[in-house]
Amino acid sequence: MRLPLLWIIPALPLAAVLLNLLLGDRLGKRGTALLACGSVIAAFGFALRAVLHLAGLPEAERHLIEFAWTWMRVGDFSADVSFLLDPLSAVMVLVVTGVGSLIHVYATGYMSHDPSFRRFFLYLNLFMFAMLTLVLADNYLLLFVGWEGVGLCSYLLIGFWYERPSAAEAGKKAFIVNRIGDFGFMLGAFMLVAATGSLNFDRVFAAAPHVFATGGAAITLTALLMFLGATGKSAQIPLFTWLPDAMEGPTPVSALIHAATMVTAGVYMLARSHVLFEMSPAAMEVVAVIGAATALMAATIGLAQNDIKRVLAYSTVSQLGYMFMACGVGAFGAGIFHVMTHAFFKALLFLGAGSVIHALSDEQDMRRMGGLAPKLPWTHATMLVATLAIAGVPLFSGFFSKDEILADAFASGHYGIWAVGIVGAALTAFYMTRLYVLTFCGAPRLTHEAEHHLHESPPSMIAPLVVLAVLSFIGGYVGMPFQEGGHAFARWLRPVMEAGEVVVPHHELSHGAEWALLAVSVVVALIGIGGALQAYLVVPGIATSLRERFGGLHRLLEHKYWVDEVYDAFVVRPFMAASQWLWRVWDSLVVDGLVNGVGYTLELGSGMLKLVQTGFVGTYALWIALGVIALVLHFTR
Amino acid sequence: MLPVLFVAFAALLVVTSLMVVLHKNPVTSALFLVLAFCSLAGIYLLLRAEFLGMVQIVVYAGAIMVLFLFVIMYLNLQHDVETGLQIAVRRGIGWFVGALMLLTGAALLKRGWALGPANEVMPGAEQGNVAAIGRVLYSRYLFPFEITSILLLVAMVGVIMIARGRTGHPSVRMGPAAERGAAGGSA
Amino acid sequence: MIPLSWLIGLSAIVFTIGVVGVLVRRNALVIFMSIELMLNAANLAFVAFASEMKSLDGQVFVFFVMTVAAAEVAIGLAIIVHLFRLRETVFVDEIHLLKG
Repeated sequence: MRLPLLWIIPALPLAAVLLNLLLGDRLGKRGTALLACGSVIAAFGFALRAVLHLAGLPEAERHLIEFAWTWMRVGDFSADVSFLLDPLSAVMVLVVTGVGSLIHVYATGYMSHDPSFRRFFLYLNLFMFAMLTLVLADNYLLLFVGWEGVGLCSYLLIGFWYERPSAAEAGKKAFIVNRIGDFGFMLGAFMLVAATGSLNFDRVFAAAPHVFATGGAAITLTALLMFLGATGKSAQIPLFTWLPDAMEGPTPVSALIHAATMVTAGVYMLARSHVLFEMSPAAMEVVAVIGAATALMAATIGLAQNDIKRVLAYSTVSQLGYMFMACGVGAFGAGIFHVMTHAFFKALLFLGAGSVIHALSDEQDMRRMGGLAPKLPWTHATMLVATLAIAGVPLFSGFFSKDEILADAFASGHYGIWAVGIVGAALTAFYMTRLYVLTFCGAPRLTHEAEHHLHESPPSMIAPLVVLAVLSFIGGYVGMPFQEGGHAFARWLRPVMEAGEVVVPHHELSHGAEWALLAVSVVVALIGIGGALQAYLVVPGIATSLRERFGGLHRLLEHKYWVDEVYDAFVVRPFMAASQWLWRVWDSLVVDGLVNGVGYTLELGSGMLKLVQTGFVGTYALWIALGVIALVLHFTR
Repeated sequence: MLPVLFVAFAALLVVTSLMVVLHKNPVTSALFLVLAFCSLAGIYLLLRAEFLGMVQIVVYAGAIMVLFLFVIMYLNLQHDVETGLQIAVRRGIGWFVGALMLLTGAALLKRGWALGPANEVMPGAEQGNVAAIGRVLYSRYLFPFEITSILLLVAMVGVIMIARGRTGHPSVRMGPAAERGAAGGSA
Repeated sequence: MIPLSWLIGLSAIVFTIGVVGVLVRRNALVIFMSIELMLNAANLAFVAFASEMKSLDGQVFVFFVMTVAAAEVAIGLAIIVHLFRLRETVFVDEIHLLKG
């Protein structure tokens, strides 16, 4: 019997959702956990099988389309539920299901004391279904279904503890900010339909060079609109404000959705649409600049945060900025590479943070942590690996991916972008080391409560940490530089990245230049790490004195440049005022006025008509007589 | 000879009709109406409708008008007071409409409708008008005849219900209804 | 020979007088009497045509009209009496409860 190939991958989590809904509490905690984790692990298994099948095909044929059913057919336009597996979606589906499985297992331990255990896994599985639909879709419309679905699940999961007003607010904020981006995505999709008559990837990318003028206004606008959608989903400037607030959700949620998968949907969409972007250099510049700016800005904010999850949140925003930077300079493959490595070490960081928080009875402020290394050995070891990876220490995965992005930026002549990236790398190393030191090293600053209940996490939480640590270490080796013809990862993605008729000039660096850049990255990383160690471990007084010296600057960073306040004043408030005005004037006066006016007019009319009913019989007789005369005259004319 | 008689009866009819409409005292109006019916009966006789002429006097003048007078006197009505602007306006409108109707009728007649003489000899003249009508009535018009008797029954019942008033209240007996039932046939 | 047009003309005149009576008078009983005038005018037309067409159908019809008129008078007077009991008046312009 031939097992299905692609559609079963999103279908398994969906089946788990339905079973969860139907069977519910009868499953019990173990049953729910088995169902949820089992479905995702099974999905990973099927994904692996599909990818292996794909890898077995010759390079030119690695483009599998599986048609499920026709969704809509309107005139010349048709959109179907069909799935695409090519090297790009293969990477994504493996990352999503692989990291997703690990996080599901972790969550069974983390959420074991939560009364809404079942509801959590319901939402989590629903998210997996939506995300897998997104990455496996073969047209923009189905992708958008997944896009919206993950947005919805993000809202549900951020506001999971909905009795907390801050959580409910954060969920709302995430959804609304996402919607603004989705608006851009939709407009971009409309332009694509208008120009090419289809939303199917293959058809759009084949037609695009013929219907759009390269570098013209139409394609630039389309690309920028889709990028707006990506900024919403992947938390870039200007739509990033929801991600830090999203930390209100449970930590597994932060790990899965806001580190490894959902936020990378924007990058995936950009990589998928590289044909369109490559046709518009102006749009690519915008993408690169915004990516770089976001990377730098978020890194600076991360310096001054005290909540461990907030630091990681801003770190995510910053790293996403690197991915967009890569796309903007034309290195879409490098961006995807960083997506993969980032998924490993960021998920690990969040899960590790969750382990720390769990151990300290829900303490999240780093100022009340410290000296945890001996008490939480496994958590400590894995978090160290992750910190080294994100800081760009050689031989860890983050080093390879980040270095490639910077090298590509330099090679394509974007020296300014490269410089910003270098500074960002230094800052990244600094604040991550700061996080590590404040949490695990030095003298403990724990509250009495926390110290009393301190314990290492259960195996269900430790095992995923270990797996992710291993991946964070070895995950970069598919991207070894100095390979002739590109490294393994780039070669894997080549059929996708070099499809399309628009040829992007490939910049080659000399070996010497590449080594030099490599050295600069390493030095910068070491500077960052060293600086943080000095400031927080060796001579703790430096940090406090710096904070006092640069008090204003520190406050600016701590309050995240007051971006939220600015948005509130310039966007939210006018919007609310406009809505109020519309309600008072348009709704109450015009619309209600019209409706009531119709009634009033009818009343007026009937008021006039009813005067015919005088109640006097004589009047009626008069009308009858006149009527008779009229009829007689009419019929005898 | 005939036209002269006809003109006489016609003039009487018109004059008495006018008096019915114009006179203030309802009793006088009723009495004038009786005269009008009688003159109409005369015209029927001229047209060889003897049965109808007799029935006209018996039913209309003898029963219906008696009923009218009965009610007028029972209600103890006085002269009608017809003063006031509103009433005068309505009267004016009424006369105007009447004139309009008359003009319409005149215009129709001018167009040449209703020409030809009325006949002297009617069918079935040998047996007499009554027998002739009876023959037609009980053959071709049997069904309407029966229906009419039901109609009269309904009218009787209705009248009793309406005039009864509240339960137990002494009602005005509509006596002549029973007589009319006899004239119409079965009841 | 009586010309048919004379008879029809007479019928029209009497009918019009009846209409005027209905429209002009206030007393319900007088109005009723005017209605009887109208009915009789119609009867006259029937008889005239019956005579002209040498058929007895018109006369039979008059017979029925008279019967119906009788029934109508009975009920109408009953209503007027009832109304008088309620409203103490027979003047139709004082009875206007069913106004719009």
